[in-house]
Amino acid sequence: MADVIVVGAGVVGAACAYYAARAGLDVTVLDRGPVAGGTTGAGEGNILVSDKEPGPELDLAVLSNKLWRELADGVDFEFEAKGGLVVAETPAVLEQLTALAVKQGVEHTLAGDLAAYEPHLAQGLAGGVFYPQDAQVQPMLAAARLIRAAQDRYGHQKVRLRTGVTVTGFLRSGGRVTGVRTSEGDLLAAAVVNAAGTWGGEVARLAGVHLPVLPRRGFILVTEPLRTPLVRHKVYTAAYVTNVASDNEGLETSAVVEGTPSGTVLIGASRERVGFDRTISLPVLQRLAAQAVALFPVLRDVRAIRTYCGFRPYCPDHLPVIGADPRMPGLYHACGHEGAGIGLAPATGHLLAQLLSGQSPSLDLGAFRPDRFPAEAHS
Amino acid sequence: MNAYDLVVVGGGPAGVAGALTAAQAGLRVALLDSGARLGGQYFRHLPASFHASREGMLHHGLDRFVRQSGTLERLADLRLGHQVWAVTRQEELLAVHAVMTSDGPHGHPVELPVVLRTRALLIATGAHDRPLPFPGWDLPGVLTAGGAQALLKGNLVAAGRRVVVAGTGPFLLPVAAGLARSGTRVAEVLEANGGLGLAGHPWLALSKAGEAAGYAATLLRHRVPYRTRHAVVAAHGERELTHVSVARIDRDWRIRATRTVECDTLAVGYGFVPQIDLATQLGCDTGHDLDGSPIVTVDASQSTSVPGVYAAGEPTGVGGAVLSELEGRIAGLAIAAELGTPPAGEPPAVPGLLLRRRTRLRAFARALQQAYPVQDGWQSWLADDTLVCRCEEVTLGAIREAQRLGATDARSIKLLARPGMGWCQGRMCGHAVACLAGQAPQPPRRPLAQPITLGALERISDDKPN
Ligand SMILES: Cc1cc2nc3c(=O)[nH]c(=O)nc-3n(C[C@H](O)[C@H](O)[C@H](O)COP(=O)(O)OP(=O)(O)OC[C@H]3O[C@@H](n4cnc5c(N)ncnc54)[C@H](O)[C@@H]3O)c2cc1C
Repeated sequence: MADVIVVGAGVVGAACAYYAARAGLDVTVLDRGPVAGGTTGAGEGNILVSDKEPGPELDLAVLSNKLWRELADGVDFEFEAKGGLVVAETPAVLEQLTALAVKQGVEHTLAGDLAAYEPHLAQGLAGGVFYPQDAQVQPMLAAARLIRAAQDRYGHQKVRLRTGVTVTGFLRSGGRVTGVRTSEGDLLAAAVVNAAGTWGGEVARLAGVHLPVLPRRGFILVTEPLRTPLVRHKVYTAAYVTNVASDNEGLETSAVVEGTPSGTVLIGASRERVGFDRTISLPVLQRLAAQAVALFPVLRDVRAIRTYCGFRPYCPDHLPVIGADPRMPGLYHACGHEGAGIGLAPATGHLLAQLLSGQSPSLDLGAFRPDRFPAEAHS
Repeated sequence: MNAYDLVVVGGGPAGVAGALTAAQAGLRVALLDSGARLGGQYFRHLPASFHASREGMLHHGLDRFVRQSGTLERLADLRLGHQVWAVTRQEELLAVHAVMTSDGPHGHPVELPVVLRTRALLIATGAHDRPLPFPGWDLPGVLTAGGAQALLKGNLVAAGRRVVVAGTGPFLLPVAAGLARSGTRVAEVLEANGGLGLAGHPWLALSKAGEAAGYAATLLRHRVPYRTRHAVVAAHGERELTHVSVARIDRDWRIRATRTVECDTLAVGYGFVPQIDLATQLGCDTGHDLDGSPIVTVDASQSTSVPGVYAAGEPTGVGGAVLSELEGRIAGLAIAAELGTPPAGEPPAVPGLLLRRRTRLRAFARALQQAYPVQDGWQSWLADDTLVCRCEEVTLGAIREAQRLGATDARSIKLLARPGMGWCQGRMCGHAVACLAGQAPQPPRRPLAQPITLGALERISDDKPN
């Protein structure tokens, strides 16, 4: 019997497993697919503090940023501390950006001479703010190698990864969760962590509790590998910050452009609520291309060679769900991180491991409570 | 302007026959192909020498194809140099998105987007070579069998070179014969499959298509040995190919004994992979060919599961030029019947005679595939440092490491180790990676069927409806 079963081998599940094992717990990670085959396999891998409004999510992001750096020292997942550059088209927007940066209270510098940061950036932008803490990882490698590192450091007996195992229900006894029912049989555990990402709502329902996690689709364009890097940092426009927090159902895009170690340029990121529809949307791709070219005119002659989409797990208030579920003892949640799950994974895992091992979490989890949503309306 | 009745993608035997049949029935037809001339894989790459030396059916087929292309030029809107990268549904119509390169303001070439709207679509995109990885296959001098054909066409294979042709299937013979005739020394032809059934009689296999005698005579004349149950299992050379390891192999393709053969060129081909990207973009049902390749499922009239979308030729299963042309013709007739213009001089529906011929040719294509399978033993030719994906330089070792990390299928291997993420988008290594993952190759998910510049992509809706 494991101390903890983690449902989901995405980056969040991997981080939960890593920190739980570090805390001395015996962990089994289950996934119905392979490792990192869910939304983690569609993410860009940005670890951002720059795009968060001051508040609990920013606090989580700052903690997570520090933890990512610790993890990168010893585990290889292509961590790049490249920094993020947020640019403003007009002086008015620049003023807002600067005001936000001051309120955030994270390390930043005013980027007066944009060309010094990004020589190929379009002319005529009003200015920008540079955030040195923004970084990037290869998210799939990060998930897979975190689990591997936990095994290597804390014992292959203590950390098990089981792929191809679907959780179909929960075992309960005396009003507590005591394990899961799976496609491969029942598994007992003292605690179960729901790290099923976009499918976290479904897993919660299997346990009889309501959790409103829904998909928010995003497309990414990937260019051919470039021999000389054209884009040094992660670069995006101020509009991105408002889009991230937006409640709009419709399509929103704002170019987020960045180079990767493999030489390709990634262009994100659209946001729209269309359920789990994978049909290619040319208007989305067109807008992403147009916005990328507007930021970096040299990209006009660069070819896009592929595109893919994924479904961010979002909650109505755009905050993740992290913590013990008071409605169902033994059940914990670590899901609903929307477009920031990669960035927020280590802090999520670290805080949850503190809860699981009976410590009080080093950051207040009040804003992320699983029971903060109104009860599901029954019809 | 109004939409087309039919847009055909692909200018090989299937596409040309389909477009011509539909145009002759009075439909408004456009045909797009990325090449500068019609012909597809099969005819475009034929060397000029084929025109001179009359070699049975093949030449016959070429004559016919040239005639058809000529007529098509008058009856349909031919758009060469157009790369189709996506097809989408637009209300009742289909929108076919292509890019073409033209001279920009300062003579600097720019890529322009083109959108054609149409009531029906015929996917006749053919197939591409299927190489298998082995140590040294990335050395300059190692070509795909199809690539060698293309080189011949351009007379780029200089006389005096020494070539080994290896792989499986009857296609190796025309490649070897073409090389021999062009003055190249063909050291050996190595067929990995064995002496039973059709594989023991490649001449017979080809003679069905009527091409055998000529190749046999050519190879004999040039004293080219043809060995079954042999394969090139490694290529060697400092900076370019100097010699290969030739192995005698068993029925499962495991190595029994090896020797060294000097050569500066190696042409390898292990069959073909149907190109079905456009069909999967539209959500057409797919199935698997006998050799495991994903193919588009079609009904008796070559119609896919998506209304208005048809497929003909290799995308429905690799079967060669004659079958492709027939399927194209059947599709053309069916589309004409569906769109309500009875073709002049032919009954509206597809004649039973054509359908029966198709049944026979498909049975033959299946028999060929059965006779020339790809056996798993090739995996034992690879070392840990053998490249499997050349675009991203991914080794077998990296793939095995991804599997140890928890990648259980080809997609997750790609996510962790990057095979198939590069320029060719897995066209070269996809089959091999799926086999290494212990999986049948999955239908491709390529929302961009071809690379497109961001400059063209940002302008896709500027294009006025044709
Ligand atoms: C286009 C796009 C770009 C993004 N860019 C970024 C970025 O730059 N930075 C960032 O931080 N975030 C980004 N994100 C968001 C990020 O990808 C997600 O927040 C994060 O990957 C979520 O991780 P997860 O582990 O919670 O979920 P997932 O990775 O989806 O993992 C959940 C796992 O649970 C498994 N599962 C589900 N149900 C069951 C069941 N019943 N039984 C067993 N297993 C089950 C699934 O198979 C899956 O593997 C992006 C997202 C998208 C779509």
